[in-house]
Amino acid sequence: MFAFIIRRVAQALLVMFVISIIGFGIKYSFGDPVREMVGMSVSAADREALRDQLGLNDPIVVQWTRFVDKALHGDLGRSFFYRKPATEVIMKKAPATLELVFCSALIILLVSIPAGIYAAVHPKSFLSRCLMGISIIGVSVPVFLTAILLIYIFAVELHWLPSYGRGETVQLWGFWDSGLVTLDGLKHLILPSIALSSIMLPLFIRLIRAEMKEVLQTEYVKFARAKGLTPWRVLMVHGFKNTLLPVITVGGVQIGIMIAYTILTETVFQWQGMGFMFIEAVERSDTSLLVAYLIFVGALFVTVNTVVDIIYGLVNPMVRVSGRK
Amino acid sequence: MWKKFRESYFLYSFLRDPVAVGSFLILLVLVLLALFAPLLATQNPYDGSAIDILDAEIAPRWISHGKFIFGTDVQGRDIWSTILYGARVSLLIGLGAVALQAVLGIVVGLVSGYKGGKIDSILMRITDVQLSFSSYMVAIFFGAILQTAVGVGGYADIALPFLVFVIGISEWPQYARTVRASVLAEKKKEYVEAARVIGLKPTRIMWRHILPNTLTPVLVISTVQVANAVMSEAALSFLGLGMPANQPSLGSLIKSGFTYVLSGSWWITLFPGLVLVLLVLSINLLGDWLRDFLNPKLYKD
Repeated sequence: MFAFIIRRVAQALLVMFVISIIGFGIKYSFGDPVREMVGMSVSAADREALRDQLGLNDPIVVQWTRFVDKALHGDLGRSFFYRKPATEVIMKKAPATLELVFCSALIILLVSIPAGIYAAVHPKSFLSRCLMGISIIGVSVPVFLTAILLIYIFAVELHWLPSYGRGETVQLWGFWDSGLVTLDGLKHLILPSIALSSIMLPLFIRLIRAEMKEVLQTEYVKFARAKGLTPWRVLMVHGFKNTLLPVITVGGVQIGIMIAYTILTETVFQWQGMGFMFIEAVERSDTSLLVAYLIFVGALFVTVNTVVDIIYGLVNPMVRVSGRK
Repeated sequence: MWKKFRESYFLYSFLRDPVAVGSFLILLVLVLLALFAPLLATQNPYDGSAIDILDAEIAPRWISHGKFIFGTDVQGRDIWSTILYGARVSLLIGLGAVALQAVLGIVVGLVSGYKGGKIDSILMRITDVQLSFSSYMVAIFFGAILQTAVGVGGYADIALPFLVFVIGISEWPQYARTVRASVLAEKKKEYVEAARVIGLKPTRIMWRHILPNTLTPVLVISTVQVANAVMSEAALSFLGLGMPANQPSLGSLIKSGFTYVLSGSWWITLFPGLVLVLLVLSINLLGDWLRDFLNPKLYKD
């Protein structure tokens, strides 16, 4: 087990190493900090002096070490557009994205668990067939199209819900701009979270259905039924509980896809989160912010993946022997 | 040949499945429309002189009684024509990207499965890591980096090959995994040993003997991969990292129409979106059927 954890952490560090090289590569090749600092009206000699002072004429390896060292201390450079440290900009935007992800995760859980269990218990019923049909269509509709459709129906035609932005936010604990505590903020949350969850729902419904079907065939479920337990208890305690492990593992790994989809959803709804910030940074050629986002998301992602893998390894010994599924 | 095909089990079970036949027909119509776009379109959307700005934002014919079936967009382009040309670009990028993925993935999968040992574990680690990052994310990041590298103006000129490259690079691990799994199963069979005994070179054994026997699962994932590539292209174009507005794909048509949905011009976005969904859905359903029919046990990962 110890060896497995070491190996997994080593792999995570290696991935972060590669990400840092890519990030540094982008910054080194396309970003010119001198231009960003002084503008056009400074002489070539002054620029050269500044370059020396900033250490831009040092060997690449030295510059890279400095880059990593700074990143480890939370300094990911300054955003050219916001004129603030990139970490600060990301931290300001992060709550918006996290709230969006949280709400859609809630929708996914609340819908996919009952739907998946129902489809597994009554596989031939009309409703489950409809569910499966909808989930195939759901996979084929891009998230931005769902979002646009929702906006058109509920915002443009019906005027029920707002079409963009976060609405009224309240600052909690001094740094967290929350839209969860005001009515206006919650109204703004509804459409984006439905759009974001729509793309993951089919996957989870199918997964829970498949796992549940498998579990219901097992001996211990039959035994529990024979013992005379109530159907509800058999279903939830003996059945559903045992489908949770694969569901959590797959769910944990989906975070990469979730990040990509938040970029799309936030762009449609002009949601002031990290994904929208990233696309704006690309449009404005704000290299520092782009690199900062890349490294931040990469680190988040690698951490979550590693933790999920290790937990899975703890629970399922087969994984750690072969090293992978 | 034709007789053999007509009496085959393949055709029989295909015709028995209405979903498969339906999606095949839809796909066929869409591909033909895209292929013969210059003949079927009422105007060339690439040609600025054919477009009249006074025609901008006209509703579809059954609402406005104008001369445009599906209406026009903000620049006065006929939506019907832009969809035909757009579907062409989307399909071209989808197929190109899948070809690139397949080549990369097959080479990696073959080498990794056949050679085994250190090379195998290194290559599979790389595929694992890249797979865990999700192809969408990799594609978006690659697109963003390339656009920063060449600038928005430069990006527009080389958008098509770039998109093929970006989507190709981001999805090859799927192929590598599938091919490796079937190579591992094939490698143990006697015909491979026989080929080795008569002294053939490893490259020849890999390409001429093992590869043809791994093509079934490759075919199955290829259908799904084309659908994924078309989706990725649409997503990238929607984010502004894809095709520019003057040589639109379905994704960039949706993007350019999106702003006008808020003012009520729903047709600019709806029709390209519908075509995109139909395209992806029909490929996916066809892929599902093909997978069930061929049922390659190796495909399950």
